Amino acid sequence: MKVLVAVKRVIDAYVKVRVKADQTGVETANVKMSMNPFDEIGVEQAVRLKEAGTASEIVAVSLGASQCQETIRTALAMGADRGILVETDAELQPLAVAKLLKAVVADEKPDIVILGKQAIDDDSNQTGQMLAALLGWAQGTFTSKLVIDDGIATCTREVDGGLETVSLKMPIVMTTDLRLNEPRYASLPNIMKAKRKPIDVKTPDELGVDIGPRISVLKVVAPAKREAGVKVADAAELVARLRDEAGVI
Amino acid sequence: MAVLVYAEHDNAELNEATLRAIGAAAAIDSDIHVLVAGAGCGGVAEAAARVSGVTKVLVADDAAYAHQLAENVAPLIAQLAPAYSHVVAAHNSSGKNVMPRAAALLDVAQVSDIVAVESPDTFVRPIYAGNALATVRSSDAIKFVTVRTTAFAAAAAEGGSAPVEAVSGPGDSGLSSFVGQRLSDSERPELTSARIVISGGRGMQSGENFRMLEEVADMLGAAVGASRAAVDAGFVPNEYQVGQTGKIVAPELYIAVGISGAIQHLAGMKDSKVIVAINKDEEAPIFQVADYGIAGDLFKVLPELKAALEKSPPKR
Repeated sequence: MKVLVAVKRVIDAYVKVRVKADQTGVETANVKMSMNPFDEIGVEQAVRLKEAGTASEIVAVSLGASQCQETIRTALAMGADRGILVETDAELQPLAVAKLLKAVVADEKPDIVILGKQAIDDDSNQTGQMLAALLGWAQGTFTSKLVIDDGIATCTREVDGGLETVSLKMPIVMTTDLRLNEPRYASLPNIMKAKRKPIDVKTPDELGVDIGPRISVLKVVAPAKREAGVKVADAAELVARLRDEAGVI
Repeated sequence: MAVLVYAEHDNAELNEATLRAIGAAAAIDSDIHVLVAGAGCGGVAEAAARVSGVTKVLVADDAAYAHQLAENVAPLIAQLAPAYSHVVAAHNSSGKNVMPRAAALLDVAQVSDIVAVESPDTFVRPIYAGNALATVRSSDAIKFVTVRTTAFAAAAAEGGSAPVEAVSGPGDSGLSSFVGQRLSDSERPELTSARIVISGGRGMQSGENFRMLEEVADMLGAAVGASRAAVDAGFVPNEYQVGQTGKIVAPELYIAVGISGAIQHLAGMKDSKVIVAINKDEEAPIFQVADYGIAGDLFKVLPELKAALEKSPPKR
């Protein structure tokens, strides 16, 4: 079984994001970039499938600028076998990413495509579902547990009310939720080994995909800032303030 | 052209989130149709027809839609959508699952998690965990939009008398089937619509200690939530999680107990009207967004809070 895992390069989760003064976006110069945390969970899941003997090959794919090679290297160091970069400096929106991934799937013919449920930059939560639609495959979104047996994937999904379990006919697109696993740190020997693993570079043109954006960003602004309030001495004062001052209880 | 709202329900009751999606739809157009896809969901369709502002209800009653599996429901939405200018749903686990799949079937983009409607093609949505607000314009002929429910007032559940029309779609795709579910059976209010939320973090130290929060919650009529750290540690189940990738809440009162205030947690609660933080670390970032803070040991403060509420019960 072959696994395709998509990895996105995003501003690191611990960086305090700042809006640009000209309101065109957020500051990305000299900002630490990392793999989207949900995609790390996806890579970990792929590696576990291989370690369990379920998967035979893991291909990590990233889309974007040439620096995305670093993100692919991280996946390779965690245990992916080879990488594909679809290189473009153009802005990629979820529908375009889904179309590019569909083209990669046509070449690679994986049995499962794993993506993070959302990227922590644009927080769209769309790409996996869109890819599943374009492929006509079943989708296991927000998955916290995956069992593959005899051509059927059983996904336990995190939903608003709790957990839901669905049975999906393979091949599938799966998106990861937080409790699926805890991603490993790449060991130094594996980081060294990853440098020799191959990364194929393609372009959207070579894949024959129109990546034109459908949504234009008119402006990006910082939200209204909350001011810190007051420290109160004890619970009795808190209750009095909440009732008499704030009027919320 | 009208707006189609995709309803979330359990075949028995219309979810409150749908009333808020209808509230957002009303900011786009006054002609609002609601799609109820389910099995034995006639009662839900009737409830949707009574919602103020709804002009027509489409009901697709079919065993294939019983659990609103995306593989079955998305083709139904895609079949109906070309007659509409917009398709709108709540940005919760149901809408997030189904809407992008339906949009892609029609080769249109989706605008996720909007917090404001500027015009029928222009919306405001938070990005980077709410650290920036983007105003975006969609150029697609049909606009797929999911709505942050806390940002829109709910449409009144009564007052309308829309006609109900049966529709049918492609039915079972044969790709997926429902196996089972484990749903929270709490008697407390639902997190995303509760007037008061009290959440615990890693500082709670164990699942048993959440009882202390529950006791205070019940005195206040509050819902109980948790930070990601508390869920990851196994103190409480996933449906408690408040944050960027969990539930977004904006109650009148949010009480954060033993929560340090990581960016991703703040993203889920910083639009609350009044925020209270109880944390023993005086430097915890949660205090920077809190209206009222108590720097102290939660195991001492929570019993005192309970006692203070017993002595001087809430007026509301």
